[in-house]
Amino acid sequence: MIWCAAVLPNTNTNSMNRWFSCFLFNIVTPAHIVRLYDRFEALDKEKTGHLRPQDFGAINRLAMNPIGDRIIGAFFSPGQETVDFHSFVRILAHFRPADKKRPKDPSMPEPVNSRTSKLKFAFQLYDQDKDGKISRAELLQVLRSMLEMQVTEEQLESIADRTIQEADLDKDDAISFEEFRKSLEKVNIDHKMSIRFLR
Amino acid sequence: MACRTCLWLLGTTFFTCTVRLVVEGTEVGATQESHPEPGVVGSNHSQAGGGHGSSISGIQIVTFKWHHVEAPYLIALWILVAGVSKMVVELNHSLTSVIPESALLIIIGWILGGIIYGADKMQTFTLTPTVFFFYLLPQVILDAGYFMPNKLFFSNMGAILVYAVIGTCWNAATVGLGLWGCWLGGAMGDIDIGLLQFLLFGSLIAAVDPVAVIAVFEEVHVNEVLFIMVFGESLLNDGVTVVLFNVFDAFVSLGGAEIDAVEIIKGIISFFVVAFGGSLVGIIFALLISLLTRCTKNIQIIEPGFIFILGYLSYLTAEMLSLSAILSIVFCGICCQKYINANMDERSVTTVRYVMKVLANGSETIIFVFLGISAIDPAVWVWNTGFILLTLLFIFVFRFIGVFLLTWILNKYRLVPLEFIDQVVMSYGGLRGAVAYGLVAMLDENKFKEKNLMVSTTLIVVYFTVMLQGITMKPLVTWLKVKRAAVTELTLAEKIQNRTFDHMLVAIEDISGQIGHNYMRDKWHNFEERWLCWFLMKPSARKSRDYIFNIFHQLNLKDAMSYVKEGERRGSLAFVRNETKADVDFNKKFRASFSEIMPDIMADNMGPDHVPLSSILQDIVPSVCLDMHEQDLTMRESEDFNAHHLLQQHLYRGRKQHRHRYSRSHLETNRDENEVQEIFQRTMRSRLESFKSAKMGVAPAKKIQTKHQKKDKPQKMPNGNSSDKSKNHPYGDKDFEFSEGDGGSGGEAAGDLFPMRAYRVEAGIVNPAFMAEMDPMDNMQQIPHVALLPQTLNSFDT
Repeated sequence: MIWCAAVLPNTNTNSMNRWFSCFLFNIVTPAHIVRLYDRFEALDKEKTGHLRPQDFGAINRLAMNPIGDRIIGAFFSPGQETVDFHSFVRILAHFRPADKKRPKDPSMPEPVNSRTSKLKFAFQLYDQDKDGKISRAELLQVLRSMLEMQVTEEQLESIADRTIQEADLDKDDAISFEEFRKSLEKVNIDHKMSIRFLR
Repeated sequence: MACRTCLWLLGTTFFTCTVRLVVEGTEVGATQESHPEPGVVGSNHSQAGGGHGSSISGIQIVTFKWHHVEAPYLIALWILVAGVSKMVVELNHSLTSVIPESALLIIIGWILGGIIYGADKMQTFTLTPTVFFFYLLPQVILDAGYFMPNKLFFSNMGAILVYAVIGTCWNAATVGLGLWGCWLGGAMGDIDIGLLQFLLFGSLIAAVDPVAVIAVFEEVHVNEVLFIMVFGESLLNDGVTVVLFNVFDAFVSLGGAEIDAVEIIKGIISFFVVAFGGSLVGIIFALLISLLTRCTKNIQIIEPGFIFILGYLSYLTAEMLSLSAILSIVFCGICCQKYINANMDERSVTTVRYVMKVLANGSETIIFVFLGISAIDPAVWVWNTGFILLTLLFIFVFRFIGVFLLTWILNKYRLVPLEFIDQVVMSYGGLRGAVAYGLVAMLDENKFKEKNLMVSTTLIVVYFTVMLQGITMKPLVTWLKVKRAAVTELTLAEKIQNRTFDHMLVAIEDISGQIGHNYMRDKWHNFEERWLCWFLMKPSARKSRDYIFNIFHQLNLKDAMSYVKEGERRGSLAFVRNETKADVDFNKKFRASFSEIMPDIMADNMGPDHVPLSSILQDIVPSVCLDMHEQDLTMRESEDFNAHHLLQQHLYRGRKQHRHRYSRSHLETNRDENEVQEIFQRTMRSRLESFKSAKMGVAPAKKIQTKHQKKDKPQKMPNGNSSDKSKNHPYGDKDFEFSEGDGGSGGEAAGDLFPMRAYRVEAGIVNPAFMAEMDPMDNMQQIPHVALLPQTLNSFDT
């Protein structure tokens, strides 16, 4: 921990405590932290110690990603205009493979890279207004951005309708987190939401 | 159909044989048929049945002058036969997806060899080392170098070198010593061979072959890093192979007694000289090519020729200086690609790319066919069970051991460790090929009494690796991955979500910068920007690279052209594009006005190329399925079906899926670029809209006056849609382009361009990308302004 503090001058003890909790669950190793800090610094062109949306926007490959803007938005907590290093790592830590051997201890908070947390992250990409449900309009937006422009509005709406129909169990015309989770129970989330190098 | 082409193939080979027979028949008695000099009026020579002594009896109207054309005719005929074989092989796609093309070509070679042997009683056509090394191999390697994904290659260079140098030495030593040990132990019976010869054999059989690797890995889409490891290794190990081969060849000539420490040290030094010297020759020629293309503005029509000639010269020069020719031509291709693509005219670039592929593909085909034919030659066959089986065993086992050992060491230093599965595939992918055969055929029979045994063994090894390992590679790769997906069809939600995950992963990888910044790489970039580009690239090319304006120029042009075309055709601006689906068009967003124009379109009597609107909509879903199913399913089910099909067809693919197209036979997939362009345009437009709404505090307005002022400022954009010149790198050399551009432009208006609101729901739900109410006029004006999100979007990263 002390070594990390030496390397990362912008920290204070509060965030160090939070890192401590990260380490406790062995999610992100010191080597990763150093690496991610290098990346953070590279993105933070003006050396303010925080990232702003335009810093993310400078990653031009994100412009070629249909949901790039949403991912960028996910880094920023509601109401916040900047991302500090801790949040940066925390979001990226979602993408570590889950530790299958970890005993399920209900008293501890859910680690950031567990299946549930990953699903929550994905859910929030859809649910921009944070009301806990994916409404039809929100789903339509995502679909629109992910489908080619040749698809007509009627077709988009029919796809959205059918998707909600399939997943919506309590018939409220929206997908709640539980329904979302249930619809993806067969999918290997760990495989789909992990980046290799963060191992 | 298959029968017919098989018959053609057989017919061609029979033709070859009969031609030869006929020729020999007519020469009975004419033992001294002279070679007519081209300049001489030779048409008066009577060839038909005449002896050399017969005088000219009269003017021959038509004569059969076989010898006049024999050599070129046979060459051309063989190229034709190889091409036809490839055609036959590619007839059945399900077959080629199971058995790699190279294996099928070898089989055809066997058949042809059998026919020729049957006709001639000897193998008249074999793969000779000269033909192979001088005429067939260079273009394959040049193609490999020219299309090499540089960024990937150089970032993994350390690992590749370790595998190539240390791995090959390990393989050579272990195989040679292992065989020697077994020979001493008597497993091979009585053969006239010694330690040095074993070591030489080990060194030539140890090298992984680039031709075979490409041929097999083309069908199997492994991840980029794995591919570049195996492929890079196969290219770079030539340095080692050449040195080991020459050194051991010299040792064998010297005899065992002369070898002392001095000679061994000389051998080690020669490795460095050969390897680095070869690369240096290649780099020098790359510089020459780049400089030359800088000045060829007035002779654009023959520009492409220079590339090939100079590439070939680099190969020959290195060969002449006894350096590594393969390394030379590889580095020539690698180093010059960027500059010549920038300097040459677009059509020349296209020509170079296509000709390169044609030559490489053709050579590869010929190589494999002849590898098959050369086997059907009882004169070279010597069977020694022990030798052959032990060789197979050793190369297989020691390859695995070597790879795992080296990877274990490498993983301690690598940021991204190589997984177990990758290592297995890498070991299994160590294919031997024609280079080994070429080398073994070059051995001197007098020094190597057992040359035929070695040749036979090499052939068997090549067949084993190419065919067996080639066939089983794909199943192995699939098997080692995650277990099969669920049997039931995925639900819509799952499909969508899967795709979302793909995009998400790609985005996170980009944000986290998987291959992080590297001090050396930065320095190299700076050096290159300042000096190399100034020296090697035309001023105009430099300029258009700096300002990625040409992208927008192209976008603008394209939109303008489509716009004008439609306007001419319809006479009005409210219309719908109904040509190929691949066209990405701003005009698509006018779908909302369908209902108004529908009557128009239906009513008008349009030309034969027009299609009624309803079928356009249905065109998007494969019409076959609709027809078949609509009778059976209820309306509800057909909707479901449509939805699935729509998703299948129209979901954007994640970038990872775009990239795996390093292939001998495919150049690029058009679809990627349209998708990328589309996504990029949308993103930029939505950001623009959010900027507008943030700045003006109102819902996106129709008029965009604020933008006009910004028009003059320098426009820099990330290279969203790679220009034509940089299209050729599926493996992300686009990134290489990205990292150029001024690093230090000021953050003008940077602060305002990305208000937090952009990433919140307000701008999102309005979704300005599909603003159907915007009238067409804004279309044209808006495009240049998408260029407006300038300075913050500097291309800078990884």
